[in-house]
Amino acid sequence: MKKPNDIILHAVTKVAVPIILAFSFHLFFSGHHNPGGGFIGGLAIASALTLLFLAFDIETVRANIGVDFKVVAAIGVLLAVLTGVGSFFFDAPFLSHTFDYFNLPIFGKTELATAVLFDIGVALAVIGTSVTTILSISEDR
Amino acid sequence: MNNIVILPIIIPLIMGMILVIFRKSIQFQRWMSLIAIAAVGSTSIYLMTQIKGHGMQTLQLGGWQAPFGVSMVADMFAVLLLATTSFVALCCLIYAFGSIGRERESYYFYPMFLFLLTGINGSFLTGDIFNLFVCFEVMLISSYVLLSLGGTKIQLRESIKYVLVNIISSFLFLLAVAYLYAMTGTLNLAHLSVRIAEVGQDGLMTTVAILFLIVFSLKAALFLFFWLPGSYSAPPTAVAAVFAALLTKVGMYAIFRMFTLVFYHEPQVTHLIIGILGGLTMVLGAFGAIAYWDIKKILAYNVIVGVGLIMSGLAAFTSTAITGSIYYLIHDIIIKALIFLLGGTMIHLTGTSNLKDMSGLIRTHPYVGWMFFIAALSLAGIPPLSGFIGKVLITKGTFEASYFWLGGIGLLTSLLVLYSVMKIFMNGFWGETLLSEDMEKGTTKGLMFPMGCLLAATVALGFGAEGIHEYVSMAAEGLLRPELYIEAVLGRNPMP
Repeated sequence: MKKPNDIILHAVTKVAVPIILAFSFHLFFSGHHNPGGGFIGGLAIASALTLLFLAFDIETVRANIGVDFKVVAAIGVLLAVLTGVGSFFFDAPFLSHTFDYFNLPIFGKTELATAVLFDIGVALAVIGTSVTTILSISEDR
Repeated sequence: MNNIVILPIIIPLIMGMILVIFRKSIQFQRWMSLIAIAAVGSTSIYLMTQIKGHGMQTLQLGGWQAPFGVSMVADMFAVLLLATTSFVALCCLIYAFGSIGRERESYYFYPMFLFLLTGINGSFLTGDIFNLFVCFEVMLISSYVLLSLGGTKIQLRESIKYVLVNIISSFLFLLAVAYLYAMTGTLNLAHLSVRIAEVGQDGLMTTVAILFLIVFSLKAALFLFFWLPGSYSAPPTAVAAVFAALLTKVGMYAIFRMFTLVFYHEPQVTHLIIGILGGLTMVLGAFGAIAYWDIKKILAYNVIVGVGLIMSGLAAFTSTAITGSIYYLIHDIIIKALIFLLGGTMIHLTGTSNLKDMSGLIRTHPYVGWMFFIAALSLAGIPPLSGFIGKVLITKGTFEASYFWLGGIGLLTSLLVLYSVMKIFMNGFWGETLLSEDMEKGTTKGLMFPMGCLLAATVALGFGAEGIHEYVSMAAEGLLRPELYIEAVLGRNPMP
């Protein structure tokens, strides 16, 4: 039997994945003032990866994204907890967060908060967990 | 502000995550998990001295004032359990080194063990009902993994039941929290206590209290224990010992916390129900313990009897009975771990859990035999050992509260418990030696040390009951006087 040619699927995926990723970054960064945040941002990124896994096969994606997603999840949780531990050094209660305004080159006056680091941890944990689940179910032969 | 309070929760969490990253090196995993649990143990002992000197230690996470943020509260009751938990976990971990097998070790056994401790420690230390739910889930999800890790047929069958029961009880927990939040508008335990004391515990509130009782009874195996014998006999010995020692205790801790701090206004309803359930639990558990010829089943039903006895101390709700319950809780954590490890060692040696197929182990393994004998006496509550003082105080407390039937059931079931464990001892250790040394299925190499530690602890707890009496009575005082807890969390001027 001839292998079906998925050229349309591949072409659409190549366009769609960057758009989904951009949207998920937007969701991630809007979390503080608008609906969004680490959990939904991470899930959206995981959905982009899932689309890649569906359109191409797992080995191809693995060759291009060479990370172990279990480790990604672990690093995410570590990052989230360590932002809490960071407050130990400033004589503040665990999980105290702080923020300040900085003048960044392109963005101008920007509010940077340590809660974003916590959210990055959440997002990484969500990405790692969901992709690990999908991969370990699909690898079952 | 006191960041030490959070350390027992985040040390195992951080270490567990690090171990997920460094999965390959088994030696590294072993040493690091040992160090993490030892660190938690020393932290809890430090906290104990702090509480003795300066009263309850609280931490408002993120610096938000009490009813608005999540509070962490370390009172003496929680910290006593925390220290015992760390000690027992350490012993079970060392036992796991020699018995769990490379296969399981390389598939995240140690991280899961540490996450289980994260959940247990979090449940002990939290001062917020929803955070308690989250910590329960952390504990339960790790226990699902530990129960099914290895993937033998019996493990998979039992873990389906266990997961199903616990998901339903977690759902009920969430429902109960929702009702409580709708009625009081707060989730902080201390604030809940203030609010309920203000408006009074009416019929609706008592109904919610009973819903909480059902939820925690499912977790603590108080009367609703149908899931326990199967799921506690499925996992490998080290895991079963941790489950038997710790998981039901967290449910009991939650019942104690809720019914001494929040729902203490209608003891003639709620505490009487707890007493009736406790009595039934003891009777049914004792029946189960004497009925079986399977070591794992006998020991699992003994866990259930212990739950009933501790809860009858709460039902009596006098100072003596609560003190007795705390003594017995500490004793029960240690002795259940010890007896499960000893029973598991017997199964490990003979390759069977059926008592009728084993005999005369004392000739080849005298140390295991006499350790089992002492552990059995301690479990039944024979005077110099640790089970005695708790049982006496609970019985005395139930008589003081004129629940004579409850005290009577407690004494009667002690006899049946003694009979059930002596049945193991006499059938397994006495008689003709069936197995010679080289026919045995395993060795006790590396397994004796953790069991020796636990045995030493139970003997020391029995002889040194006076030594920790100061701490136990302080814990009982903290439970019987909720205003101490409220003042520690909310400060001197409680929130409106």
